[in-house]
This record gives sequence, C-alpha cells and structure tokens, in this order.
Amino acid sequence: MRLILHGRTVVPGVAEGEALVSHQTISGWGGIDPATGTIIERRHELCGQSFAGKILVFPGAKGSSGWSGFFQATRLMGTAPLGMLYTVTTTKVALGAVVTRVPTVTDLDRDPVKVINTGDWVRIDADHGIVEVVPAGAE
Amino acid sequence: MRLTDDEKAMLDGAEGPAVAAAMDLLVRYGEALDCERLCDVRNVAGTMTQPSPVKAKLVAEGGWDRAFAVINLDSDEDLEIPQMRVATCQLQQGFSGDAAGIVPYPEQFVRLQDDAEAFYGRKGVTILATCTPYQVGNLPVRGEHVAWMESSAVVYANSVLGARTNCEGTASTGAASLTGKIPCWGNHLTQNRYGTHLVDVRVPVRDFFDWGLLGYFVGELVEEARPVVVGDLAVPELEDLKHFGAAAASSGGVELYHLPGVTPEAPTVQAAFGPRPVPEAVPYGPRERRRTYEALNSQGQHTEVDFVLLGCPHASIEQVRRAAKALDGRRLNSGTQMWIMVPRALKAVADRSGYTEVIERAGARLFTDSCPAMSRAAPPGTKVFATDSAKQAHYLPAILGIEAWFGTLEDCVEAAVTGRWAGELRCD
Repeated sequence: MRLILHGRTVVPGVAEGEALVSHQTISGWGGIDPATGTIIERRHELCGQSFAGKILVFPGAKGSSGWSGFFQATRLMGTAPLGMLYTVTTTKVALGAVVTRVPTVTDLDRDPVKVINTGDWVRIDADHGIVEVVPAGAE
Repeated sequence: MRLTDDEKAMLDGAEGPAVAAAMDLLVRYGEALDCERLCDVRNVAGTMTQPSPVKAKLVAEGGWDRAFAVINLDSDEDLEIPQMRVATCQLQQGFSGDAAGIVPYPEQFVRLQDDAEAFYGRKGVTILATCTPYQVGNLPVRGEHVAWMESSAVVYANSVLGARTNCEGTASTGAASLTGKIPCWGNHLTQNRYGTHLVDVRVPVRDFFDWGLLGYFVGELVEEARPVVVGDLAVPELEDLKHFGAAAASSGGVELYHLPGVTPEAPTVQAAFGPRPVPEAVPYGPRERRRTYEALNSQGQHTEVDFVLLGCPHASIEQVRRAAKALDGRRLNSGTQMWIMVPRALKAVADRSGYTEVIERAGARLFTDSCPAMSRAAPPGTKVFATDSAKQAHYLPAILGIEAWFGTLEDCVEAAVTGRWAGELRCD
C-alpha cells in the first residue's frame, strides 16, 4: 500500500531509492566515515551500515558542528545518500542537506522515522514537498 | 527570505562573485531553515586551514581560492577570495610542526596547513588554532550576534558569555566571514533562549570530573533542548563549564544551558524559563551519576593503557598547571604516552611558567592546534586510551577504533605512570 506524505522543501529536486531508516539521531564528525558513507558511531543502531545511494530517513543531527562538512565530503567523495528525510530541524542538519545537495524534505505530516521502514522504496519530490513510500514487498 | 538592500546587492554581485556566492549559500541555508531574514555578525569562528584528503586535492587543482570556494562557500565557481569582511578566526586544525617526529601525522598535511595559514592570514583570518577561542582573547559580549562553529565553543558562547550563535558549520561560517551575515534563526531569537528542562542535582558536583559527568547526563537527557541545572553545585571554574558544555554537546546537541545564579541570562530559576512555567525537575542523584560513569566507561575492557589524553576542549592554563603538579617528579610508564592539548597562546605561558619543563621531564608532552580526534592521530599501536574528557571518550573510540577509559586527572596520571587503568567512581 502506497503512502503519501507532504512536507516542506529543504533542498529542491527529485530522487528515489531504497530507504535506510535510523531511529536515532546521527553524528556527522566522529559519527560517519565519508570515504564509504558508513555510520561508525559504536553505540549507534546502524553502526557499520552505509547510506551511500540510499534515501536516508532519520530524526535529525547531533554532535559536532562538523556535521555539514562531513556530509558535504560524502558528496565530494561520491558516497552521499540519494535524498534525505528528517524530523527535527537544526542548523547542522539543514546546512548539511544544503551542502550535500540532495533532495530533502522535512516538517512532514507524519513522522517519517515512524512510518517508513528500511528497505521501503521512497520517491522524494522535494520541488513540491511530496514523498511517496512503497513498503518493501508491496509491489 | 526577505533580504535588505545591502544583502540583495551582495547577492547580485555588487561586491564581487565570491561575496555573491557567499550570499547565495546563506539564502539556500536560510530557506532550508524556513528562516525569514539574516542578522548582522561581526565575529566569526570557522575552519579553513585544517587539512583533509579532499582539501589537498582541491588545493592541487586550484589553490586555496578553490578550496575555500568549494568547502567554505559550497560553490563550484572559480572565485578569488577577498579579504574577510568581519573579524574571523580559525578554530582548531591539524597538528603543526611542534608535533613532528612524535605524532604520527602526515608531513604533507603539516606543510599544507603552513601554506593555508599564510594564505588565510593574508586574507585577514586570525589563526587562533584552538577549539576554545574564548580562552585566548575572542570573547564576544552578552547579546552580541556571532557565527561560530565547534559545538563546545558554541555552547560556551551562548551559555557562559550570553552571546548569540547557532551551531554553525564550515560553509555557513565561510559565507558569514565574507558578508557579516547569518540566518537570524534559533538561538539568535530571545524566545528560543529560555530553558526547556529542569535538572535537580542531588549529588555534590564540585570538580572538573563531576561537571563532565553531569554534562554528559544532561546532554543524553535533553538532546538538543535547553537545560536549566540547579542543586548541589559548587560555583564552577572556567574549565568546569568548558567540560560541562562540551560533554552536553557530545552526548546530545546542547547549544545553550542556564545555571541560575551563575550564567548571565539566568539570575533566577524563573528568569531562566522566561514566560514559561518551570517544569518538574528531573533528578541527578547517585544512581544517575553511576549510570553515566558506566556509559562513558563502557568502551573500555583492557586495563593496559597505551595513551593518555588531556586537554579536550583545549586545556586552560590552570589545567596545565595541575597536570604539571601531578606529574612533578614522576616518570611515565615506558609503554604509555601522554599528550596534553593546549592553545598555542597558552603553551607560550606554560613554557614561560616552567610547567612545560616539568611535564616533559616526566615524559609527557604539550601539543597545540589540534587533538587526536581532529587529526585522527594517536601514538602508533594504541589500543586503549584514557582521558579526563567526556567528549574525547565519547568520540575517539569511533574515530580511531580504540578502547576508552574516562576518569579524573589523578586517574589519568596514575594510568600514565603505571600503564594500567585503575580508575573507579568514588563517593556515590
């Protein structure tokens, strides 16, 4: 069953791909390895998993102000996510999305971390703030 | 976003293409925040000189102008970088020549950074080279809007100094340095500076170690919200607040806290919450203290310690003096190194006061500019490290894949001298 969410554009553009959902906030500096796009924070639920080429769905950013610089580095090193959906706006995550330059939407009418599961197919139309979710195995 | 006439002119290129690119980034960023306007800033703390593989490649391609355009302005244009428009300082960076031969850090990065310092110095960037600019002469005043990055400096500026800054990043501070502007959002607005949570401390918090534990607890509790902390607290010293804020900004995303009777925007508990009701207090007692200590020490298994790190955020001169006192007449274990990170300006004071000599006689070292986490560098073969910094204990295991122990200065000196971790939580 297809799910449609509406939100606010952070970075315009259109992207689609498989979702990687984090229920915990993510650290940039000290939390990810930009060379591989992998989460490295040891106590993190996704430690060892890569968001490269995925739609990254997460509650927001935590930790160092290096957040945006590290996500910008994923773009420069070709390991960036395809798009981002997040719940809580902070300067770290907003600037991070801007310099990663991938379609990003926030302030969605339902919390994306709660309604999207890892492996779901997600299409972000950030030009119009529309997110389409096809649950894994639905089609 | 609504731009003023001078901002529109900058965006349209009246002040050159680099300033236009800076304004373009600020507009993209402001819109991402759903922010209506920019505010004026005259004090920027950012990062430009720190070497990285990506930066080395960009400099090779197009010099520092290219590196600044891509990394500090998020622009793909070929830009010539003008003079900084407002006072701008470089925060912590990579290791410098003083670490050569001891710290395993690429020599080409040391040279690249020397080159960067020369370039940015000519552009009007003050090379403070520390995560604690407030320790070495950069002290914004209460109510001043600034654009700082470095989470531990941001929380200090907001909470202890009463200046107003969000936790900015490399690109937003780069853009602010060329425009004197930053999105007027979040911590810049009075209504976003009142407390959200009340924490009641029911166990004595008297020293650097306990302020760090308390900060780590509070950060986990409130995440990016604004804690107001009351209870059994001694009047903190500069280094206590430095440690408390850095810990809270590591376990959570705290950018602003209030200590009623201590910090400037909270003469009373009620004032800390402004027009809002004072919420029910969350207790911090012996159980919470022990749980926090155990969380910070959950990344240590082996008690043989190869490396001891002090000075995160960069040590105050008083911390250096205390370390010298604890090390005086002692000698480090042959298999254990000890580094103390300080701002270079304070290293000069430590040298002059004789502290450096005492520390080096024991076999420990003072280093400047950087830290093991920033530069991904520890003594070769390090498997287990010990530190008095909750922030470094939080980050370094992930960055270097090593085990961590967290404790007091005395625990750390003992580990450096004996080569074994014997720290434990006392008085609970």
